[in-house]
Amino acid sequence: MGYERQADFGTPEVKSDKLVTLTIDNREVTVPAGTTVMRAAAVNGGSIPKLCATDNMKQFGSCRLCLVEIEGARGTPASCTTPVAEGMVVQTQTPRLEKLRRGVMELYISDHPLDCLTCSSNNDCELQEQAANVGLRDVRYGYEGANHLDAGIDASNPYFDFDPTKCIVCSRCVRACDEVQGTFALTVDGRGFASVISAGQTHDDFLSSECVSCGACVQACPTDALQEKSVKEIGLPERSVVTTCAYCGVGCTFRAEMRGEQLVRMIPWKDGKANRGHSCVKGRFAYGYTNHQDRILNPMIRESIDQPWREVSWEEAIAYTANKLRQIKETHGAGALGGLTSSRCTNEETYLVQKLIRATFGTNNVDTCARVCHSPTGYGLKTTFGTSAGTQDFDSVMDCDVMMVIGANPTDAHPVFASRMKRRLRQGAKLIVIDPRRIDLVRSPHIQAEHHLPVQPGTNVAVLTSMAHVIVTEGLADEDFIRARCDWDEYQDWARFVSDERHSPEFLEPVTRVPADELRKAARLYATGGNGAIYYGLGVTEHSQGSSAVIAIANLAMCTGNIGRPGVGVNPLRGQNNVQGSCDMGSFPHELPGYRHIHDDEVRSLFEKDWGVTLDKEPGLRINNMLDAAIDGTFKALYVQGEDIMQSDPNTQHVAAGLEAMELVIMHDLFLNETANYAHVFLPGSTFLEKNGTFINAERRIQPVRKVMEPANGYEDWQVTQMLANALGADWNYTHPSEIIDEIARLTPTFAGFSWERLQKIGSVQWPVNDMFPDGSPVMHVEEFVRGKGKFVVTEYIPTDEKTGPRFPLLLTTGRILSQYNVGAQTRRTGNVLWHDEDLLEIHPADAENRGLKTGDWVKLASRTGETTLRVLVTDRVAPGVVYTTFHHPSTQANVVTTDYSDWATNCPEYKVTAVQVTPSNGPTEWQTEQAELTERSRRIAGTTEMEPAE
Amino acid sequence: MSSDTLSRLRYMANQIAQNIESMGEGDPVLGTADHIDKFWDPRMKQAIFADDRSVLSPVARAAIDHLAQGAHPPPQSRATEFNAVDEVGHSDAG
Repeated sequence: MGYERQADFGTPEVKSDKLVTLTIDNREVTVPAGTTVMRAAAVNGGSIPKLCATDNMKQFGSCRLCLVEIEGARGTPASCTTPVAEGMVVQTQTPRLEKLRRGVMELYISDHPLDCLTCSSNNDCELQEQAANVGLRDVRYGYEGANHLDAGIDASNPYFDFDPTKCIVCSRCVRACDEVQGTFALTVDGRGFASVISAGQTHDDFLSSECVSCGACVQACPTDALQEKSVKEIGLPERSVVTTCAYCGVGCTFRAEMRGEQLVRMIPWKDGKANRGHSCVKGRFAYGYTNHQDRILNPMIRESIDQPWREVSWEEAIAYTANKLRQIKETHGAGALGGLTSSRCTNEETYLVQKLIRATFGTNNVDTCARVCHSPTGYGLKTTFGTSAGTQDFDSVMDCDVMMVIGANPTDAHPVFASRMKRRLRQGAKLIVIDPRRIDLVRSPHIQAEHHLPVQPGTNVAVLTSMAHVIVTEGLADEDFIRARCDWDEYQDWARFVSDERHSPEFLEPVTRVPADELRKAARLYATGGNGAIYYGLGVTEHSQGSSAVIAIANLAMCTGNIGRPGVGVNPLRGQNNVQGSCDMGSFPHELPGYRHIHDDEVRSLFEKDWGVTLDKEPGLRINNMLDAAIDGTFKALYVQGEDIMQSDPNTQHVAAGLEAMELVIMHDLFLNETANYAHVFLPGSTFLEKNGTFINAERRIQPVRKVMEPANGYEDWQVTQMLANALGADWNYTHPSEIIDEIARLTPTFAGFSWERLQKIGSVQWPVNDMFPDGSPVMHVEEFVRGKGKFVVTEYIPTDEKTGPRFPLLLTTGRILSQYNVGAQTRRTGNVLWHDEDLLEIHPADAENRGLKTGDWVKLASRTGETTLRVLVTDRVAPGVVYTTFHHPSTQANVVTTDYSDWATNCPEYKVTAVQVTPSNGPTEWQTEQAELTERSRRIAGTTEMEPAE
Repeated sequence: MSSDTLSRLRYMANQIAQNIESMGEGDPVLGTADHIDKFWDPRMKQAIFADDRSVLSPVARAAIDHLAQGAHPPPQSRATEFNAVDEVGHSDAG
């Protein structure tokens, strides 16, 4: 059979309880009311010719190919714009329709190149297909008339071309950019025969326009007009495998379209429950890092970090590592060893890393990057709701009336979900944004936030408590809900606290810098605007009161009754593709898989019996405490899988000191990264295309990762962990990740009903999945909170100790950009660098003018912790007194300036508040130069002819 | 333990005590002790037990005193209630 495109039913699915029965070509079909005739035919095995219709967009009715004849109706209506009616009788093929369709095709083909055989869409072209379907045999107009065959190709985008000569102006691309993506970058320029698709102004090409390269237009295009460059180079795929993206927490599912073991392209899977057939530039196109020249394929070791690397066999690398670990354990004890699991690797791999550390290293010194992002979510939601899992699924946003986005930038960090948000906003939902910056969502095509509260960094708790003050003192609380679902006495205590004058917006305005009037209006809107949903990100958690801010958010949701049904809820936007899974698998130092504390004798006993070992019963070290202990000399060896703490963790100099103090740093990754500068062993990793397993996204949805090619480094990551464990005396013999899943299901009640085989059948499932929830659980806390009553907890605003002053008068906050992902390990090695090849410091015009700065100037960014140099972008997106940068490029060394302050409960670093000064500069700082030189020295691989750095 | 690490431990203990006290739930001394018991590793605990406790805030000091005597307080808030062996639900996923 070979390659087949995913079925396209022409117009979107319509849900309805009412069913309608009609007859199409003498076959009786029954479909929900509101379905179009086109779709009714398509879902029942028929296929009415179409060009401008595709099922992820509203019908358009322009191509006039899908005409049908309906008994009793005049003329030949378009089936895409005709809804079904009870008893309707439709004919899709009659002599009149034949002639009309051929006539339409003739017009299209009279202005179309005839080079099918050499066209990259040969055999993958809907125009070609429909020409065949309608029986086109000649074009009576000839080909000498006016045409568009001399238009030039726009190859500006690194991933796809736009060839106007092949375009039939069906407008699918324009509609995709409008409806699906919500960017509105494309338009039809001109009218009638002069109509052409344009990416903006006449002088714009795709790269210079507002296009975010999501690929929705390419996917929608029925011809070769918009086509992936990879297809042009390679040819059509032969098969496709559904797998899950390895970038962000949305967890888009894609069809990895392959020819042999070569990936031709990634097409979003229409049945993906998280992305519903959409994608962003990263998942769709930025997979080139998987075979980038920087990728390390052989294990390497070195005695000390000032030596070049030496390539060795896997056996030698594993034996060397195991010996050193054993030596260190004998000399310093098990507490001197530890490791970091990866939130980018699969659940099965993460489970094995924490098992390695607990069962063979003999310690609980295991942690994960959730520490530095959403750990306060864990603490805060567990305190109030009893559990920290996000309460809704992504679909829930379509039932929302008021969205409150706090400390998040979804159009950049969760783009596919942001497109859904924008769709709902265009339908009339209202938006409140609480962010120091005017993020894109505040004002974008057809969207304007009702309220943007530009909060002073570090004052979230004050803002949230003052919103609660407004809701309680103005009598807007949902007392029925509170009485039914929460503890009334606790609510009264809390209400008394927030009602105090010192928590009013007016009293706190000097601190929060949020105009009191705006805040009051925003609070009223959230409380009374209908279904209110809060979406928040690291702008809430990465603070010294991160956990308290999460608690304050939960308080707001509870007091307004916005919990327990679609359209509401508290929704943490989790960042990594598998950070949820990594936590579920017991990556925190204080708990085993399934959120069971290591102190608990019964829980330990369950694992000890199954694993055949004795477990340490004391909590282990968190990442930052591991580094402290290393500097103290009591922590000596670290196994890091898929993470770059040198680039992503705060106070880089402290991280460097910690790593340097260790005797053995084992880096298990795809590339030589900043942390590898301090490593003694490098074990090459495998990518998401090269392994089987599962990821769990921000919705608690378990989705499959499927292997489409053999690992270029020789082993899947879980196999490497197994080799290391066995070299240390374990007796693991997993042959496939499904066996690891079976073990997880055996030992973890949340996953009791889960297996690899079941996942193949159902596609995806949201945990918990067990006897009580055999089909998983989309919305939580429906009848009651999982742990009984919701708990109101008082959140006193305690200002951070990181204060501005005369030497450091500005506040730095940090964030992400669409085209790059976190430390950029993957995205910097793809075409995405075209959009963001350096980190820039955003500064307000007033602050820039005071310092004599203009866009493009080099500046020194200094804090009490350290200093670095980067270029400036003058913009009013940040408020006066606030500066902002990203951290995607190691040369920026952005984390040299961030501090050691962290959340009181979880030690999540306070990345979002650093007191800084910005001054003109003429070059990199000493630290940056030293680091660049260290990197160059550290990436030498003995035996290679060029001694240039790998990057 | 280096003075840097010790001063960080003191800071952390004080910060935990200050925030737990401000939440106004139950006994802040037990709350602080519970938190440190559940989340700090043994060497961190030993270090602060052995340290000069007079530099800590009153609540933090009382909590360390309590723990140093070998106490393991029961959960003082939902944050330190974890799943039993066969339970589902107390997730603190970050």
